[in-house]
Amino acid sequence: MKRLLLTAALAATPALAAPTAITGATLMTGQGDAVIANATLIFDNGRITAVGAGLPVPAGATVVEARGRIVTPGIIAAASDVGLSEVNGVRESNDSAARQSAFSAALDMSTAINPRSMHIPVNRLGGITRAVVVPDSASTIFGGQGAVISLSATGPTLTRARAVQYMEMGENGARLAGGSRPAAWAQLANMLAEAQRYAANPALFDRGQDSGSLAKRLDAEALGPVLDGRQALLIHVERASDISEVLKLKGRYPAMRPVLVGAREAWLVAGEIAKAGVPVITHSLYDLPDDFESLAASRNNIGHLQAAGVTVALGALGGIGGTAPFNLPAYAGNAVAQGLVPGGKGLTKGQALAAITANPARIMELADLGTLAVGKRADVVIWDGDPLELQSAPVAVYIDGVTQPMTSRQTELANRYKALGRTDLPLQYPR
Amino acid sequence: MVMRAYVVMAVALATAAAAKDKPAPPPPPAPPPEIIAAPKDPWPSQYKPYPARTTVIRGATIYDGAGNRIDGGMIRLDGGKVAEIGAAVAIPDGATVIDATGKYVTAGIIDIHSHLGVYPSPGVEAHSDGNEGTSPARPEVWAEHSVWPQDPGFSRALAGGITALHVLPGSANLFGGRGTTLKPVYGRSVQEMKFPGAPYSLKMACGENPKRVYGNRNQMPSTRMGNIAYARQLWSDATAYKRRWDDYTRRAQAGTAKPTDAPRRELALDTMMGVLNGEILVQNHCYRADEMANVISMAREFNYKVTTFHHAVESYKIADMLKAEGICSAMWADWYGFKMESFDGIKENIALVHNAGACAIVHSDDENGIQRLNQEASKALAAGRRLGINVPPETAWTWLSLNPAKGLGISDKTGSLEVGKAADVVLWSAEPFSVYARPMNVWIDGALMYDWGDPKRRPTSDFELGQPGVGEVK
Repeated sequence: MKRLLLTAALAATPALAAPTAITGATLMTGQGDAVIANATLIFDNGRITAVGAGLPVPAGATVVEARGRIVTPGIIAAASDVGLSEVNGVRESNDSAARQSAFSAALDMSTAINPRSMHIPVNRLGGITRAVVVPDSASTIFGGQGAVISLSATGPTLTRARAVQYMEMGENGARLAGGSRPAAWAQLANMLAEAQRYAANPALFDRGQDSGSLAKRLDAEALGPVLDGRQALLIHVERASDISEVLKLKGRYPAMRPVLVGAREAWLVAGEIAKAGVPVITHSLYDLPDDFESLAASRNNIGHLQAAGVTVALGALGGIGGTAPFNLPAYAGNAVAQGLVPGGKGLTKGQALAAITANPARIMELADLGTLAVGKRADVVIWDGDPLELQSAPVAVYIDGVTQPMTSRQTELANRYKALGRTDLPLQYPR
Repeated sequence: MVMRAYVVMAVALATAAAAKDKPAPPPPPAPPPEIIAAPKDPWPSQYKPYPARTTVIRGATIYDGAGNRIDGGMIRLDGGKVAEIGAAVAIPDGATVIDATGKYVTAGIIDIHSHLGVYPSPGVEAHSDGNEGTSPARPEVWAEHSVWPQDPGFSRALAGGITALHVLPGSANLFGGRGTTLKPVYGRSVQEMKFPGAPYSLKMACGENPKRVYGNRNQMPSTRMGNIAYARQLWSDATAYKRRWDDYTRRAQAGTAKPTDAPRRELALDTMMGVLNGEILVQNHCYRADEMANVISMAREFNYKVTTFHHAVESYKIADMLKAEGICSAMWADWYGFKMESFDGIKENIALVHNAGACAIVHSDDENGIQRLNQEASKALAAGRRLGINVPPETAWTWLSLNPAKGLGISDKTGSLEVGKAADVVLWSAEPFSVYARPMNVWIDGALMYDWGDPKRRPTSDFELGQPGVGEVK
């Protein structure tokens, strides 16, 4: 009872939903491969208060009968541009990158997130409840500070502003820094040195700055949380040798929390990555030598990493056409399928689900998200089938315990054009 | 008409041959008039099927690609063709027999929209050969002349169950050039990969891309009206060109034109004339419903046929019109919102087009998507079901095989598991609309070109040889 009161107090901000009990469901909790059959999941005031087989339903609870359904934690997109860009090709609607900006690391994506973006409902219908929203680097190797958002229709949208810093190494980093990998490493070393100098004494920073310094005050300030580990540093890197180089950062900056993004050749150095304790955000479908930093790309990558003990999450990353967060469960399913191929390395279903729930939460240090466990935020999805299957879809989505609308601009369009027959008024009138 | 010229010549020769058998020799026939014509197939396919063993697959659930399903069915592949299919087939002595109980057999997947070879991996600038973006109209260029046969993407497509693919130029131009149908069978030249007898296509594009590319250079077209005006002028030029050839051919047949009277060949207009003569199929990149309607009007004005609209994210808005026109739509399952003209893309598009009785095709336009077109069709099937459109899986397989075969003019040769057609077959590890299913075996013309369990039956392109990761299951 004491515990319940405590969690209720903590959850006072996000949600005001009545206690809800989902009963009779099969639970995939995001932890391990064991499922809980005939389970009861209870949440109240936005937090999960009980999880188990055949638990009693508290008096007054809203009961959601879910026999034959599968229930999972809400899906977390470990990297995406949801809410940051409405139409990628329409520049003025796209805040992912700022090529002309004088600033880079300082750019704060939380100032651009649009809670009314049409992509939020579209992805929510796919079971996505949270997204790590990251920029693209455009003016230096640093892209700026990404945010963790909620896809709730009722908000609040910002779960954590300035949760991560994003940067490019490898081929992109080389290009952005002036033309070579050593140039990218020099830019990184310089920016971090300036950040240390700023952190040591902000007031002295401007006076002490020689005219040749390439770090802006705001950028130097923004990199402080990277140095002391308050922000994870997402580093896009693909080639195995670049990955090994990035892993050395841990020795130079002990508090830093680097996270490899992309990492197509990571499997070649999986042991090194595991030893360094560095997590990876990748895609399950990379299997082509897209460029000279990804010659060894294979869909086995993620399976090798998992086997080596690396924490792996799936992101809605570029390089796969049409990639969208709502496809993450199917991408996770593909990681399972890879293990069924002779010579293939894949994930178990539990591991695959964790790669889109528990692991992104762990990487982002979102302690109250990612699994179906008591005390966690009630981000819960009820599915009409195996959540990793292509033809499955959520029948209900809860975020912070609040039941979400199951419509989007897309479903409205489909309903408008479902019947094309001519009537008294054009299709553009309500009917 | 060029076609007619050949027919006339053939008839004349046959008459001459028959004359030899007559007892009383008539006066020697006049030699057939020498008639110049634009060659139809000057770069013919040099593809030769690889050796095919007589193979019987039994116990499988079969989706034949034409909409039929056989549970616990059997199929015999013989001489590179489908020899027999049904509940039971004959098993000849020495045949390879595969027990596929619990597994699935389908017609091979055909991707009607690919840029493999012309935008190969690695995607470095030196490999960027898909858009001859030097004029809005480049019907004289042929995608096959850009194809790099060592694109690693061909091996990935094969492993995804692809047995034929149509390689197109990009969409920077209103007239992008000719597309070519290939088999994902590595060759030393593109000619060795060409699908024998497949017609050429003309890639056209409407909408944002051409007007953006040329508008940015302050050239026409910079607007959608510019797109249409530019294209109409070219169709008018092509009509005049065809008229000159038709007129010359008539006069030559009548013996009143010399070979030197033949019009000068314009390679760009040759392609356009091929469309007007019904020999080259128009594959038209177009997203928005209203723009597809404009293209249909243009095709009526100049008396040509659009075979397939590609991308067609708004086909669901005009599915009835597309059905009436007999135009296919080649679509993604769920790409939307990445550019303005894709803003209204919906996941129900494919199912709605199918449900209206129009021809639906699942396409990739992507070196990754081509590896999993079964998964794209699966998502489209499910989206339709949630809207109340129930399409059986064996029917949905037509989106992947027979319909694209029709859209490419090769449905007499492949696209379904019918007796006499090519043995282009995939054996799947599970129901092929499941995320857990993978092709185990892929046969092309009856030859086993891919085996997931045998590294010797999995190709490695020259580019990947000796590189990191070679030999790893991709």
